[in-house]
Amino acid sequence: MAVPTLEDFMSRAYAMELEATERYAQFAEQLDTHNNREVAQMFRKLAAVEALHAKRILEEMNWPSMPALPPAYAWETAEGPETAPLDALHYLMQPYHALEIALKCELQAQQYFEGIAAREAPPTVRKAALEMADEEREHVRLIRDWMKRVPEPKAGWDEDPDPPSTTE
Amino acid sequence: MNAPGAPLLAAKDFKSDYKPVWCPGCGDYSVLAAITKSLAMLGLRPENVALVSGIGCSSRIPAYTTCYGFHGVHGRALPVATGLKAARPDLTVLVASGDGDGYSIGGNHFLHACRRNVDLTYIVMDNHVYGMTKGQPSPTTEPDWSSKLAPGGTGLREFHPLVIALASGANFIARAFSGDPNGVAALIAEAVRHPGFSFIEVLSPCVTFRPEQRGWKEVVRPAPVEATDDPGRAARRLMTDDGFNIGVLYKGSRTPYKPANGSSQRIEELAWPFQL
Repeated sequence: MAVPTLEDFMSRAYAMELEATERYAQFAEQLDTHNNREVAQMFRKLAAVEALHAKRILEEMNWPSMPALPPAYAWETAEGPETAPLDALHYLMQPYHALEIALKCELQAQQYFEGIAAREAPPTVRKAALEMADEEREHVRLIRDWMKRVPEPKAGWDEDPDPPSTTE
Repeated sequence: MNAPGAPLLAAKDFKSDYKPVWCPGCGDYSVLAAITKSLAMLGLRPENVALVSGIGCSSRIPAYTTCYGFHGVHGRALPVATGLKAARPDLTVLVASGDGDGYSIGGNHFLHACRRNVDLTYIVMDNHVYGMTKGQPSPTTEPDWSSKLAPGGTGLREFHPLVIALASGANFIARAFSGDPNGVAALIAEAVRHPGFSFIEVLSPCVTFRPEQRGWKEVVRPAPVEATDDPGRAARRLMTDDGFNIGVLYKGSRTPYKPANGSSQRIEELAWPFQL
């Protein structure tokens, strides 16, 4: 995958953050519906963090609004590297699980930027990719710290004595 | 048709304030996002789009959009949509269904909607199970899928919707996977643009009753060949397809059916009996 210009690279980075924001917001809605307010709140926080990252890209590039995104975001996977998979949720999940999902996404984002920096690209793109990879590395560290402050789920966390899927 | 110069809308403008009540992780969330994204991509406006559905988890979709919606009778989304399109050809009409609603209860309507080739886009969210009624086998359930409600499996051969659609005259046939919402959006947009009856089967996992379907993301793949307009070649491909090739598989060139005479009534006259 060639990233010919800094603008192209930053529009990908922006699309990635935007997609991650939307997915976390979607997760928050889903868990609100299933009355898991604590994890919904956690996803809402994660969405806010990703939205801040997206906003910062606009500011850095002096873009007044959303840039023209690359076609279908040009990901090598079905969705952006920082987008959590839709099937990652469980209605009884706990905040720790949400952070596990976020950790995986941040690691994928870090690898994505490292991958761009390792390929043939103009120096401005490589420099920006390395900076972004550093930022993602810092996010990984922050999420790991956050996970230490959140109780780890006990075995059987997903056991429901009256599961909604029971066939009578 | 959109008014000239009307501002383009974003996907969020097609989302209503009602929050979906599907299970967390359900593929239908992704299809909803793809529908709203595709309508924005097409430059449409909610007042120019109607979403018609039957009954089942997937059929809740109309309420979650700002488009006109009709949550109809089990299996009868297609005849309702056909009537609507015949009376209001200016509307973009999408039809949402599931494998139970669309292939079992509405199976006969499916055949005749393909045959009539009215300009509709039919999106079937297929999870190989009746989810809303708690896990009964559907027409696309594998014969050996064993569950409390079908111990040892039904032993019945699965329904092959894409083959049936082709044999019945559908003008556009595609398969999508909900784990790729951008891909689903692009396919829906392409289906809407293609004239006549367009059918998209979306593999949409039911994580509650078929948790093993989380593994679909490991087996789906882009179809290795381009779409064909030759029904014979398409038939051979679809008959040998393992159900996990994603993309447009057939693009026909049949002329869509349109009633010879449009409605003689004005919209106000049609609306009058429904006024509250």
